[in-house]
Amino acid sequence: MARRENSEINAGSMADIAFLLLIFFLVTTTMDVDAGISRKLPEKSEDTPEVTIKQKNVLDIVVNRNNQILVEGTNFVQVKDIRRIAMDFIDNGGGLSNPKDGNPGEPCDYCKGAKDPASSDHPSKAIVSLQSARGTTYGMYVSIQNEIEAAYNELRNRLSLEKYNVSYNDLLKDYNDNGGDKLKDRINFLKDSYPQIITEPEPIK
Amino acid sequence: MSKFKKKKKGLPAISTASLPDIVFMLLFFFMVSTTMRETDLLIKKPTLPTASEVKKLEMKSLVSTIYVGKSKDANIGGDKIQVNDKIIDVNDVPSFIFSERALRKEEEVKFMTTSIKADKEASVGTILDIKEQLRDINALKVSFSTTKGSNLRTNY
Repeated sequence: MARRENSEINAGSMADIAFLLLIFFLVTTTMDVDAGISRKLPEKSEDTPEVTIKQKNVLDIVVNRNNQILVEGTNFVQVKDIRRIAMDFIDNGGGLSNPKDGNPGEPCDYCKGAKDPASSDHPSKAIVSLQSARGTTYGMYVSIQNEIEAAYNELRNRLSLEKYNVSYNDLLKDYNDNGGDKLKDRINFLKDSYPQIITEPEPIK
Repeated sequence: MSKFKKKKKGLPAISTASLPDIVFMLLFFFMVSTTMRETDLLIKKPTLPTASEVKKLEMKSLVSTIYVGKSKDANIGGDKIQVNDKIIDVNDVPSFIFSERALRKEEEVKFMTTSIKADKEASVGTILDIKEQLRDINALKVSFSTTKGSNLRTNY
């Protein structure tokens, strides 16, 4: 029998084990990241100028306290239909945009909508109005907000893919990571092409 | 001569046995010194609604959170609003925001966001009241806190 040597156990790898544990827990620990739908509230001002908006430029969405959704005062719809309806409405492009910097209004050349004269004139004029009852559940409210947001994002995505061959989401991500004026210009262009105009009238009692 | 063993050549290996101790010490130090600021919820933990078009909240230090949910006591109805460690009335929301603003630098105030963490069963009336209060004091950036997912059916 070979003589047993009373050698020390090699403890050098203990550090590696400890590091491994440390890194494992570092990676697996998720501190719940706060994410959500962001909205900018309208500013409160004393003298609101009177503006006349044509009824056809407003998409009326009403939710009652039983979580039923009514669009344009006539059709009961489901949440999943709202995206389609909102997109068709915003993207309609049936008329001219608002006159800008002295230039006369222009037709929407990037719209792919039905160009229905009875629907919205131009994405920059299209207003989505969401009126909810006080008794509507918050989940329903968020769902609708989400669908409206999705409609805008989808339209911006489409235009972005056409113009720059990247999706709007990728642009945003790229801008967050790297920044840069060029990306900013592109994002602003897309935002201006399909500006989010959402209004929330007083809730129905 | 052979009685004396020959000295080993070269340096003896440095004992690395204490290295894990050092690592553990570091680990414990950071574990102890890290404080995670968590509010104890006085209301029932809100089940956030699901949404697909979510944006991550940047700059966590500039976010003030308002919780909306049911009371823990099942006998008390209605929605309760909690900020920090107390339950407040809707009319006290502005003073909460002011106290949050006082903690931040002046130039950061305009980047502050209010995150509303509300239960999906809460009524929109409460949320709209909070929004109205926030509008009054020009705290215009609002985020409706949601969990990311595509199944909106669970919301209602």
